[in-house]
Amino acid sequence: MSDAAFPLTRPSVVEALKADDSALRERAFGALVEAYWRPVYKYLRLRWRLLPQDAEDATQGFFGRAFEREYFVRFDARRARFRTFLRTCVDAFAANERQATQRLKRGGGAEHVSLDCTTAEAEIAHAEPPDDFERFFAREWVRAIFSASVDELRQRCEGQGHTVHFEIFARYDLAEGPDARKLSYAGLASELGLTTSQVTNYLAATRREFRGIVLERVRALTATDAEFRDEVRDLFGFDE
Amino acid sequence: MTVPSSPPGLSDDALRRLRDAAELPEPDPSRYLVLERIGRGGMGAVYRARDVLLKRDVALKVLHVGADGGDVAARLTQEARTLARLEHPGIVPVHDVGVLADGRPFYTMKLVQGHPLDDVVRGRPQADLLRLFSRICEPMAFAHSRGVVHRDVKPQNVMVGEFGEVLVLDWGVSKWASARDAHDAALPAAAAGIDTGAGAVVGTRGYMAPEQARGDSANVDSRADVYSLGMLLTHMLSLSSTRGMPRPLSAILRKATSVEPAARYADAEALAKDVLRLLAAERVQAHRENFLEQTLRLYRRHRTLVLLVAAYLLVRLILLLWQANTAPGG
Repeated sequence: MSDAAFPLTRPSVVEALKADDSALRERAFGALVEAYWRPVYKYLRLRWRLLPQDAEDATQGFFGRAFEREYFVRFDARRARFRTFLRTCVDAFAANERQATQRLKRGGGAEHVSLDCTTAEAEIAHAEPPDDFERFFAREWVRAIFSASVDELRQRCEGQGHTVHFEIFARYDLAEGPDARKLSYAGLASELGLTTSQVTNYLAATRREFRGIVLERVRALTATDAEFRDEVRDLFGFDE
Repeated sequence: MTVPSSPPGLSDDALRRLRDAAELPEPDPSRYLVLERIGRGGMGAVYRARDVLLKRDVALKVLHVGADGGDVAARLTQEARTLARLEHPGIVPVHDVGVLADGRPFYTMKLVQGHPLDDVVRGRPQADLLRLFSRICEPMAFAHSRGVVHRDVKPQNVMVGEFGEVLVLDWGVSKWASARDAHDAALPAAAAGIDTGAGAVVGTRGYMAPEQARGDSANVDSRADVYSLGMLLTHMLSLSSTRGMPRPLSAILRKATSVEPAARYADAEALAKDVLRLLAAERVQAHRENFLEQTLRLYRRHRTLVLLVAAYLLVRLILLLWQANTAPGG
């Protein structure tokens, strides 16, 4: 399967899964896995209480089998959001595997999906199983979208020679710890050898680009305008 | 298949900050300076912003999605136009409407500084709440008289201002009762709220009328708002310090929240009038009273006169008895 990035300006990855062109189908599937594997892995760890290695195997098995048996082609946007549909598929897969073997194992002869679960594991190392798994899965989906969008933003900034733009963005909106909130435009301008208005302009432009990337990704991962708007609403209102 | 490795996951705090950063509106800096977010809903967020030209603070409402957000964007435009048409002290006036550089529609309105309804009504006596409720009905009655149905009346959408004024907020899902009303208001059909079509459900569960919850938008009119107002009054009374409910008040609530629209008050004005009748100890339209209730109501309504007549009769009686006892041969 190709690793080429799926062109995210395409109307919908979900729709592209049904394309006649097999290369396009594979790229669409790759983009889908990229967006969803972390939420699925964490969901299997906490909802199904799998050990790390079993959860990794199950995540690989799930996506491998989904590709092989074209699970997602059956998605009907009139009945549910794609995110909800996918989570239901994960539940069905996990239940079937548990019933069949009493332990989740790699998905038989299905295509192997290579994942690096180390960081995903670190994120839930001390997490308690949540009360509401639907909300948990939604939150992890938001985290995956934002994480991938930050990565794409960094690549774009580097490609355009705007590394200082990304640095300002990272210092304001990504930095952790108590000092992150004390940062002033003037202080940062002095540190980076810029004027204060340059800092505010660069920050505004980078935030605007970040917003654009997030929306492009959400649009690509939804099938209809209504689903897109619902997902955007949840994305920006996730803890309200 | 190898999935490109993505960066380590973001913390919950970073997620919130990124979300806030991504949705922060950037209006023309020569006109507005965004100061802080003061609210967020399902469709968008509201910010306190400085109007640089007029040197005053305003509320700036902006959607999460851009102008290509279909009916959501149309609704914001509709809300701004509806508000602009409804000039009433109980409805927040709109100052400006526009589109941000990233395509999101916005409008600015008067910055309301007040208290949520629940904070104001909690622990207050029933009569106070009924008076307050009748004032909530005033902007609603005005809107109904102009052919506008709010469709999302609930406690969170009512605010009591610093001078005690009552404001009904969030007209984002309001609709014009008829295409003709929309046309008279010079609204495009797509923004008139008359195109939500069968099956589209707008409003809030627990407050919306049954026909609204069914998505039967063709039959949603001022009586749907009457239902929501009835539920709102029920909620307000549940926070009252007064226990128990007189039968006429129960009857008003039953009539307002009837399942059948035809059995409800026609509009907010009719509902408010019945509530005011109750406060004035007049006969309410919703309740057929028996002789005892009528007597007690008339007593309450004419209490002073009744007491004066009773005192007069008592004095006359005492005089008569005294005269009878002191008369010769008595």
